[in-house]
Amino acid sequence: MKKEIPLAIVFVAGVFMAVQFFVPHAGSEWIYEFVMEWTIIIGIFALALGIWSLLRVSTTKIKRKMENWPYAVVLLAGLVSMIIFGMGFMGGVESYMFRHFFNHVMIPLHATMFSLLAFFIASAAFRAFKARSALATVLLISALVLMLRFNPYLGPVGDLDADLASWILNVPNLAAKRAIIIGIGLGMVATALKVILGIERSYMGSD
Amino acid sequence: MKIKIIALMAMLLLLASVGWGQEEAAIDSTVQEVIPPGPPLNLKAFDKPYDNGHAIDLTWDLSVDDGAGRNNIIEYRLMRADSPEGPFVERKKLEMGKTEAEDKGVKEPDDPNYFPREHDFYYKVVAVTADAEAESEVVGPVRGIGQWYNAGKNPVAVAVVLFTVFTIYFIFKAKKGAELYIRPLAGIDAVDEAIGRATEMGKPILYVLGLGTAADIATIASFTILSRVAQKVAEYQTSLIVPCYDPIVMTIAQETVKASYYSAGRPDAYNQDSVFFVTNQQFAYVGGVNGIMLRDRPATNFYLGKFYAESLIMAETGAVAGSIQIAGTDEVTQIPFFVVACDYTLIGEELYAASAYLGREPVLLGTLKAQDYAKALVIICCIIGFIAASFGWTWFVEQFHVGN
Repeated sequence: MKKEIPLAIVFVAGVFMAVQFFVPHAGSEWIYEFVMEWTIIIGIFALALGIWSLLRVSTTKIKRKMENWPYAVVLLAGLVSMIIFGMGFMGGVESYMFRHFFNHVMIPLHATMFSLLAFFIASAAFRAFKARSALATVLLISALVLMLRFNPYLGPVGDLDADLASWILNVPNLAAKRAIIIGIGLGMVATALKVILGIERSYMGSD
Repeated sequence: MKIKIIALMAMLLLLASVGWGQEEAAIDSTVQEVIPPGPPLNLKAFDKPYDNGHAIDLTWDLSVDDGAGRNNIIEYRLMRADSPEGPFVERKKLEMGKTEAEDKGVKEPDDPNYFPREHDFYYKVVAVTADAEAESEVVGPVRGIGQWYNAGKNPVAVAVVLFTVFTIYFIFKAKKGAELYIRPLAGIDAVDEAIGRATEMGKPILYVLGLGTAADIATIASFTILSRVAQKVAEYQTSLIVPCYDPIVMTIAQETVKASYYSAGRPDAYNQDSVFFVTNQQFAYVGGVNGIMLRDRPATNFYLGKFYAESLIMAETGAVAGSIQIAGTDEVTQIPFFVVACDYTLIGEELYAASAYLGREPVLLGTLKAQDYAKALVIICCIIGFIAASFGWTWFVEQFHVGN
């Protein structure tokens, strides 16, 4: 029963959601929205579990003085201080300290992490665009054509470059993308079927 | 004397009347006659088919002055009322030349664009010129009704049924013991090697489930792979780190890993803290995972699930840390980043196939075979569609059109 009941729930929920896709009626919409609201409610409760997990892992690190434990102190200090600053008696999320930490610590940190992407793209491109084989050379030439087309200073270098760049994007690139997307679609349906029919149970810990 | 005075007055009156006439003529010359345009004709309103009942479709014939006649129509206005007498409220403006419109609203009563179901409405269309308007006849009552089946999605239904039949057929075939060949995938073959490497090096394995929620199929597929990986990790007695972005994903991942350790007969080796929540902020999560990579130097990194802009930041950091990296995602825009920065990449559908490859169970391999046959069918349809479109045979192409 420990396995059968969850499998039955998965089957009923899976079949309902699949059928719901084809039923635009109000009743079907209502049940769908009801289920989605429950997902949000479960998500909120799960967030408490997540914070509990974070607290437990960090406090264990500190208690046992594990390697790099001071980072756990910083993490807990950030977590606790933001919770306190966000509380009603401190002025809530509009309080000076909460906004100050959010605007001057969290947002710049996020922006910094995101900015790293530019450098990582450059380093990844450097590795990818080495003409080690015929296919890699094609990739290199395609990349050069597109970089010339979209360079921010000169604009497209002639009509030929603009046309070639459009062709690369709209023909071979789009064809490959669509092929992958069709494969993904079939894979999704196959995975959903495996889970709904109870063929794939490894997520429940059974083979 | 009297006669002179009368004659003078008569002349004055004559002059005045002439002046008056001239003034009238002047006024007449400034006022042009306003001729209203021809109204839109044959207005028809009907419930939008295959929808949830919050829309009405309308069609009409063009005004005689739209594209012909005086050719002075600027736009049409779609008006709606609760009764034929009005008051009519403007629902939308339409460009000249339009002969159809959709009056669509939402179901939330407090929304300004609220469109109640099963409520009688009356419509008219107004043709507008620069200085005049002409109204069509009022049509109605018409009401929006929610349907029980969206026939516009028939192609999807047919495809799903066909694919389900394929899948069930191959599962039964596999159960009967038929040998099913599946092409090898380098990324999957490398999983065992990568876990073995971590065991030899005495370093942990990092498994990243991505930024997806538990409702994403890619994340579900990743759970199934995590289960297989965790089982091998338990057998080899290596350590596993699973930092999570979503708390629900974390809870499921904890249960999955725990069950895998039990299946491997190593429940004592399971550490609940190996699967933990980091944050649900994208770049804070990246910072946390990158920190783990650079501090703990895992021998192997798995990135399997849904990834966005963080994919390359994590994969490049992993490459810098010297880890073997196996990635897989269904996000088409992120696949090139993983291809460049990782040792092995599962491209698109391969992510979904990975679990079956790792398990090597006939039943799961049956679904892979069904996928292969479905792809063959898609290729055949593409070729026929290409030929049909080239020769202008639109019937075949239209069969694949999916409505809302």
